[in-house]
Amino acid sequence: MRLNAKTKIGLVLLAGFALFAVIGPWIAPYDPTERGGDMLQPPSAQHWFGTTHLGQDILSQVLTGTRGVLLVGFVAGVVATVLAVLVGIASGYLTGLAAEGLSAVSNVFLVIPALPLIIIVASTLPGTGDWTIALVIGLTSWAWGARVLRAQTLSLRRRDYVQAARATGEPTWRIIGFEILPNLTAVIASGFVGTVIFAVLSEITLAFIGVSDISDWNWGTILFWAQSQQALAQGAWWWFVPAGLAIALLGTALSLLNFGIDEFVSPRLRACAGTAKVRMRVGFTPVLRREGGPGE
Amino acid sequence: MSYLLRRTGFYLLTAWIAITINFLLPRLIPGDPVMSLINRAQGQLSTQAIQSLYVLFGLNKDESIFVQYGHYWAQLLHGDLGLSFAFFPTPVASVIADSLPWTLALVGITTLASFLLGTALGVYAGWRRGSWLDLVIPVTTFLSSVPYFWLGLIAIALFAGVNGIFPSSGGYEPGLVPGWDPDFLLSAVQHSLLPAVTILLSSMSGWILSMRNMMVTVAAEDYVTVAHAKGLSERRVMVSYAARNALLPSVSGFALSLGLVVGGTLLVEIVFSYPGLGFELFQAVGAKDYPLMQGIFLIITLSVLAANFVADLAYLVLDPRTRREG
Repeated sequence: MRLNAKTKIGLVLLAGFALFAVIGPWIAPYDPTERGGDMLQPPSAQHWFGTTHLGQDILSQVLTGTRGVLLVGFVAGVVATVLAVLVGIASGYLTGLAAEGLSAVSNVFLVIPALPLIIIVASTLPGTGDWTIALVIGLTSWAWGARVLRAQTLSLRRRDYVQAARATGEPTWRIIGFEILPNLTAVIASGFVGTVIFAVLSEITLAFIGVSDISDWNWGTILFWAQSQQALAQGAWWWFVPAGLAIALLGTALSLLNFGIDEFVSPRLRACAGTAKVRMRVGFTPVLRREGGPGE
Repeated sequence: MSYLLRRTGFYLLTAWIAITINFLLPRLIPGDPVMSLINRAQGQLSTQAIQSLYVLFGLNKDESIFVQYGHYWAQLLHGDLGLSFAFFPTPVASVIADSLPWTLALVGITTLASFLLGTALGVYAGWRRGSWLDLVIPVTTFLSSVPYFWLGLIAIALFAGVNGIFPSSGGYEPGLVPGWDPDFLLSAVQHSLLPAVTILLSSMSGWILSMRNMMVTVAAEDYVTVAHAKGLSERRVMVSYAARNALLPSVSGFALSLGLVVGGTLLVEIVFSYPGLGFELFQAVGAKDYPLMQGIFLIITLSVLAANFVADLAYLVLDPRTRREG
C-alpha cells in the first residue's frame, strides 16, 4: 500500500503527539499544578505559553495533558471498535431474531444524542478518572461503526467466495475470521480513527464543563480553568489558544489519516488535481481538457 | 406506507429506551449514591434536595422496582420531571420550558441553514472537482476538528468584549422584558448572531465533506453520463441527476450528524452564556442538579427523535423506492 501525502502528514503529526504523550510529563519545564510568582503573564522566555492566574506554567500543563487525552482517545476507540466489530458482523452475517435485535439496538444508540448521554452517565458515576471516562465514551459510541460494518458484511456474505466457503463446509467462525474480517480491515480502521476523534472531543468537552475529575490534567481541564477564571475578559488569550490548537491539530491529523484510508477503499475519491481529465460533453464525445485551458 | 409505520415504531422504541435509561441509570449505581453525592456537594444541598434525591434514586425501599417504574411513567405523562436543586423549588419542567424556546430557535435555524448551505457548497465542490474549490477540504477538515466551544471562545475574543461589536453573553439586553416587541427582538437577534455563526461554521463542514464525496462518486455513474449525452444543461445534470441521488446518504445520515450538532450547540450556549438548554445543563452539572440534568437529556433526545422523523419524511419524498408497498 503506497501512502499518499495526506496520510503521511497525518501519521507524522500523530507520531509527534504519541511521543509527547510518553515523554511530555518528563520534559515539562515545571510541575503543572505548582504555583509560581508570575501570575497571568503573557508568553515569555521563562514561560513559553504564559502562566495562569496562579502562576502555573501553561506549556507544562499542555505537555502533561497530552498523555491523558491520547490515553482516553485510544482506549475509548479500542472499546468502541471491538463492540462495533462484534455487533456489526454478528448482525450482518447471522440471521434471525438476535441479528435483527442487535441491529435495532445499534440504530437506537445512533439516534440518542451521544454527548448529553455521556454527560448524564459520567456525572452519575461516583469516580470520573481517565479510565472511567474512556469506558463511558467507548461504551456509548460504537453504534456508528456497527452500522457501517453491518452494511459491509451484508454485501460480503453474498459474494461467491463466501458462498463457496460455506458450501465446502467451513465452520462459521472460520468464514467470519478468515473470509469476511480481512475484507473489512479498511472499514474497521477508518471507524477506529473516527471514534478516536469523537472520543478526544467528548473527553475534552467533559473536562471543559467540569464533569470529569479536574485533578487529572488534560487540554479540557486547561480550558475549564481558563473559562472559570474569565481568561477572555482579562485578555489572557494565551490561556486557551495553545490547548485549542493542540486539539485542532490532533483532530486534523486523525482526519487526514482517515481521508487516506477512505481514498484507499474508494479509488474514485483520489484527487486528480493537475492531471488531464476526461469529461463527457454534448454529443457524447470525450473531450480531453487541461486545467485552465480553453473551453473552461 | 409500511416504511412510515416501521420508522414510527422504531422512534417509539427509541423513545421508550431513552426514558427507561433515564429511569434505570440512578438505580444501577452500587453503594449509596445519595451519600456520595451529598459528600461531593460539600454541604450545599438542602434537606429537601436530599429527600428528592432519595426519591429520584429509587432508594425508597418499600416499593419494588416495577412499582417505581409505574410511578415514574405516571409522573412523566403528567409532565412532572421532579424539582430542580439548583433552582429549588422550581419544577424541572418549568426551568426547561423557559430555556427550550431559545435553544429551539438557535439550533433549529442554524441546523437548517448549515444543512442547506453545506449541502449546496458540497454539491458545487464535488461537481467542480480539481478546481480551486478543492481548497474547501483542508479548511473544513480543520474547522470540523476544532471543538465548537473553542471556536466560540475565539469569536468572543475577536468580536465581543469591551470594544467588540457583539455582546459576549446572554440572550438579550438585561432590563428588557421578553416579548414580541421590536426592541426585544432586535436585541435577541444581536445576541444570537455570534453563537449562530459559530455553530454554522463548525457544523457546515461535515455536510460539505459528505456531500462532496457523494457527488464525486455519483458523477461517475452511467446515468449522469447519459444525461450529459442527452445534451441537458450542466446545471440540470448537476442538480436533478447527480445532486438528487447524492443527497440520499446525507439525509439518511441526518441522525448521527444531528446528535453531534446538538451536542456542539449545547457547548456554544455555555461559552456564550446563552439562556438555552445547554447553559441550563452546564449549571445543572455544576450544581449536581440530577433531576434537571435528566430532564434536559430526555427533552433533547425526544427533540432529536422528532427532527429525525421529519428527515425520514423528507427521505420518503426524495427516494421513490421507499414508497413502494411491501
